[in-house]
Amino acid sequence: MDAVGAGPVRPVERVVEDAAAYLYVWALKDIPQDLRDALGAARERETSVPGRRVLDTIVRNVEVADREDNLVCQDTGIAVYYCRVGEGFPLHPARIYEALRRGTERATVEHPLRSNTVHTLTRQNTGPNVGYRVPIVHWEFVTGRDDLDVKCVPKGSGSENMSFLRMCVPADGVAGIKRFVLDSIVGAGGKPCPPGIVGVGIGGTADYAMHLAKEAIARPIGTRNPDPEVARLEDDLYGLLNETGIGPMGLGGDVTVLQCHVEHADTHMTLNPVAVNYQCWAARRASAHVTADGDVRYDRDA
Amino acid sequence: MADYRLTFPTDEQHVRDLRAGDSIVVDGHIVGIRDRTQIRMFDEGRRPHMDLRGALLLHTAPNVRPLGNGRYEKLCIGTTTSARMVRFTEGLGIDYGVRAICGKGGLPDEAIEPMRRLGMVYLAIVGGAAALETTQIEEIEAVEWEDLMPECLWLFRVRDFGPLTVGIDAHGTSLYHDVQAEARRRLEALYDRL
Ligand code: SF4
Repeated sequence: MDAVGAGPVRPVERVVEDAAAYLYVWALKDIPQDLRDALGAARERETSVPGRRVLDTIVRNVEVADREDNLVCQDTGIAVYYCRVGEGFPLHPARIYEALRRGTERATVEHPLRSNTVHTLTRQNTGPNVGYRVPIVHWEFVTGRDDLDVKCVPKGSGSENMSFLRMCVPADGVAGIKRFVLDSIVGAGGKPCPPGIVGVGIGGTADYAMHLAKEAIARPIGTRNPDPEVARLEDDLYGLLNETGIGPMGLGGDVTVLQCHVEHADTHMTLNPVAVNYQCWAARRASAHVTADGDVRYDRDA
Repeated sequence: MADYRLTFPTDEQHVRDLRAGDSIVVDGHIVGIRDRTQIRMFDEGRRPHMDLRGALLLHTAPNVRPLGNGRYEKLCIGTTTSARMVRFTEGLGIDYGVRAICGKGGLPDEAIEPMRRLGMVYLAIVGGAAALETTQIEEIEAVEWEDLMPECLWLFRVRDFGPLTVGIDAHGTSLYHDVQAEARRRLEALYDRL
């Protein structure tokens, strides 16, 4: 932190820091109920022998993590937060960012957690899961509210490495979008630890499409895009992707994805960007709601 | 598809019995290894003291707590993506007598021929299932090349390790190859319905 910004830590800033520290560890240990349900349902539905073996092991692994109070997966990921900030929330986003950074750092040192962040060129470790522009934060600012919602999504590299962008042309249409998503997920095979959540971002610009794909993976399983056109695309893709036969861990089977989420933005009349971001079966996510008074409520379902 | 239980290190015959799709649970000793370890072995030409004959290698960078005197306590041990390390497959078989490689996501098709020729298999673990994997590793018995931490050579004593799935067998069959070929065939039909 530079000298100009280094004022005293106000109580609500401390609250956000504590929340971040808690959320990071909680997300890594205790996966959300909607995900547990989806994995359980996948196990019931899967008919291939290796596929069922994989899903049995995943369900058993989640139980062991609960019992042993251990991490669900060893990859503590890169820390990504999603903040929805009310216009009346009494802490400037610059301060929220500092609080998230300190919380991430503290969780990593105190637990302790594996630290993954390195300088992109030198590959030297940059600190306890923090670095230049890390953690990564998605911001949304809302009018008429004075609270803060913060969601922590530690993103594993095995699945993040399976991210794809294509600038389709308008003439490719919806079929082009679907084809690109299908090709991406078949090409990824077992590498991103399927079955997980396929996040798709369409429209906007190249960078914004990928941003939207990342928004899509953070949604709880079972939620649907409010736009009926987009929701229909989600359903179509979910069905198509599960017909590829890639299966759990790419060993072949009926369940290749648990869900497909699509987020969209309007775009230029000559653009048709499609971004795919994969979230593995360990789709970790944990949320907190912070009031203007600094009260915190942790939320398993958000 | 058969279910096996095997103690490692093992010999060629036991490995050749395995067929793609079989399930296997492992006891005995396995060796943790990763990119940097193999770069030292093959690109820098250094040979570790650890005996890898008949070994099962696990692609991992374990999360451990140092206890001093080269002893380590396990914290969380999981498995990394194998595909990056495919180029070492043949050398591991010829120079070191390795019999099995365990990792996640599979090895590309270039591993099929050397594995068939040398009598090696690829065993698929469930990626990310580290909580379970950690309980199946009883102890870290030895560590070599600590300067590469955490990408050292790790000797783990395991019990009921798995179940693993034979992803590539020693007879030229790869589930990954077959699943991809089938998926590409299905894609052609799916394209028509878009
Ligand atoms: S892709 Fe996900 S489940 Fe697989 S190892 Fe990485 S974080 Fe874990």
